[in-house]
Amino acid sequence: MKIVLKQVNLLNPEQKLNLKCDLFIEDGVIRKIGDLKPEDLKSSKVYEFENKYCVPGFVDMHVHLREPGREDEETVVTGCNSAAAGGFTAVASMPNTNPDTDSAEIVRFIKEKAKDHLVDVFPIAAASLGRKGEALAPMYELYEAGAVGFSDDGVAIKSSLVLRHAMEYAKMFDAPIIEHCEDESLADGVMNESVTSTILGLPAIPNVAEDLIVIRDIMLAEFTGAKVHIAHISSKNAVELVRQAKKKGINVTAEVTPHHFTLTDETVKTFDTNYKMNPPLRTRADVDAMIVGLKDGTIDCIASDHAPHSIEEKEMEFIYAPNGIIGLETTLGIALSDLVHKKHLTIEQLVEKLSINPRKILNIPQVIIKEGEIANLTFFDPEQIWTVDITKFKSKSKNSPFDKRLLTGKSVAVINKKKMYFEDKFFDI
Amino acid sequence: MSLSSRHLLGLYGVPREDIQLILDTATTFREVLERPIKKVPTLQGKTIVNLFYENSTRTRISFELAQKRLSADTINFSTSSSSTKKGETFKDTVRNIEAMKVDMIVVRHQSAGVPQYLTKISKANIINAGDGLHEHPTQGLLDMYSIREKLGRLEGLKVCIVGDVSHSRVALSNIFGLKSMGAKVSVCGPATMIPTGIESLGIKVYHNINEAIEKHDVLNVLRIQLERNAGVKIPSLREYHQYFGITTERIEKYNKDILILHPGPINRGVELSSEVADGPYQVILDQVTNGVAIRMAVLYLLGTMHN
Repeated sequence: MKIVLKQVNLLNPEQKLNLKCDLFIEDGVIRKIGDLKPEDLKSSKVYEFENKYCVPGFVDMHVHLREPGREDEETVVTGCNSAAAGGFTAVASMPNTNPDTDSAEIVRFIKEKAKDHLVDVFPIAAASLGRKGEALAPMYELYEAGAVGFSDDGVAIKSSLVLRHAMEYAKMFDAPIIEHCEDESLADGVMNESVTSTILGLPAIPNVAEDLIVIRDIMLAEFTGAKVHIAHISSKNAVELVRQAKKKGINVTAEVTPHHFTLTDETVKTFDTNYKMNPPLRTRADVDAMIVGLKDGTIDCIASDHAPHSIEEKEMEFIYAPNGIIGLETTLGIALSDLVHKKHLTIEQLVEKLSINPRKILNIPQVIIKEGEIANLTFFDPEQIWTVDITKFKSKSKNSPFDKRLLTGKSVAVINKKKMYFEDKFFDI
Repeated sequence: MSLSSRHLLGLYGVPREDIQLILDTATTFREVLERPIKKVPTLQGKTIVNLFYENSTRTRISFELAQKRLSADTINFSTSSSSTKKGETFKDTVRNIEAMKVDMIVVRHQSAGVPQYLTKISKANIINAGDGLHEHPTQGLLDMYSIREKLGRLEGLKVCIVGDVSHSRVALSNIFGLKSMGAKVSVCGPATMIPTGIESLGIKVYHNINEAIEKHDVLNVLRIQLERNAGVKIPSLREYHQYFGITTERIEKYNKDILILHPGPINRGVELSSEVADGPYQVILDQVTNGVAIRMAVLYLLGTMHN
């Protein structure tokens, strides 16, 4: 099948590509970049995408797909649908499934479920058996089955010895250890520790619970020479620790979620459980530090930490509600509204944070926009104004604090694996 | 005169006039409690549910007595297990109770924010009887009433809250209420028991109990709540008593005009010596009596509002 995307802004900072022209795709492969003559358009389906950006497909490197185990909250397929709707052509799925993703069978199961979907799923496997932090998971086997990184997400790898071994082991195949940085003994709380938690009388988690594990992990990464990736960074000091570590040449990278660069712990005053997540929403100073970290490159990527939960689980007393919110369908809009339109990041930088850098960290081949290459592309309109409506989400869950938020910038379409998602529908191209 | 809100969720942000109105109304009911027949027909025909998700004896009895003395129909729902363990969600429990047509819900719960949440899922007037470590507004009000009864005013008084402030909803309700009434509020306790950022609320922090006794008109002494794991924050109860316990010697040496409050139940020999607990400086049992009057006032003011 032939399709033509008229007058798109082709942008890929990795190839120094920035060009406005037509794009001709046949059977999922880019055939021509450049303005087409009217006769070329005859047998093709034509999309008028003037002023839409066309960039290497976005990757969300921190997503909970909930399958196997909690298919009532999300499945591999519904999570991928949500990703496509949000402008992503790939996600990395976290291993806190039930059973945990600590065996090759589960990795293969997840990959099998995603096989026919437009969206690529790259499983992150557990670093330790049962994510207990006591004994190594079969990492080589997991890697061979398709795992691209290792994490005990939900918690930090408990034992420093196990972490050391996981790092040394993962280094053999250059896979990152992805850490949820939190010192458990300091983290017996349900929100950030600040004057707000004092006023609300809620048990709280101080920034230092994150900082301590970030520094431990950085020191061990330096010691072992392995790659460590700091998941959902949220504390101001942690950003500074990563900045200094990068200056020293230590192999550390970091991601931040849209909620951590936009929302503060003051939102918890509503006692709305959609403001309950881990790490918790921090203070204004932390939010500002996230933006500075994104600008100066300390923070490499934006990831949603998409964490679906059922309505009955979230509609609960604050201290009992589970942590987490979904984000696949709001990340791009928030990033464009709060980072690009507020002049903190350029569109090129945003593409690095959402596409180039996650691929580098996970060793996924970069997408090249060139004649003869497979089309793996995200199309977005940075100026489209829209209102978030959780009832329209493709995700099975609705737990988002961004419902009714007015955003500027939205995904228009995605293309990957000879498939296209456009106007709420998937079809082969 | 009526209150500005149809719920009593906490004392944070409650205007001074509202607190004044509750305290003044309580004075009337306090007088009723001295009568041979301690009952008025004010809330006849109103149905009130006491929804207690956390163990409580005195607060529940106090509310129940207040309701009976106002002639309301009262139902008690007590469970120590959380909704998660029980299978039915909190929301479903509340909706079931509400379907039986209740007018007011008095709620105590382990989680901060449950009273606020209730206002979203129920049409009843909601009264917070203690939510997690957040607020216990009727306790704050009865403490203020007791201080005013004894010292004649609240404005300009120096009140110090002593003990495990970080584990205390009583402390927070006192702080918000007293500040709104123009008192100067400080806290005193071991550094491990002082919550983060409290100074930024305009609260002075003391770690020396003698200084606290010397510089204040009132001490509101909190219970060391061993059931809330307060033990990990201090080396021992013996050491706590040695450095922060209120004793007759300390009072006589540093300030004989001090007024001592305690929300109960007392750990004798820990935060208060027995001598102080039974002595001339305290109003502990007056607080209990005043508690009934305060709760009558709150129930009356909310129950007779035109919703």
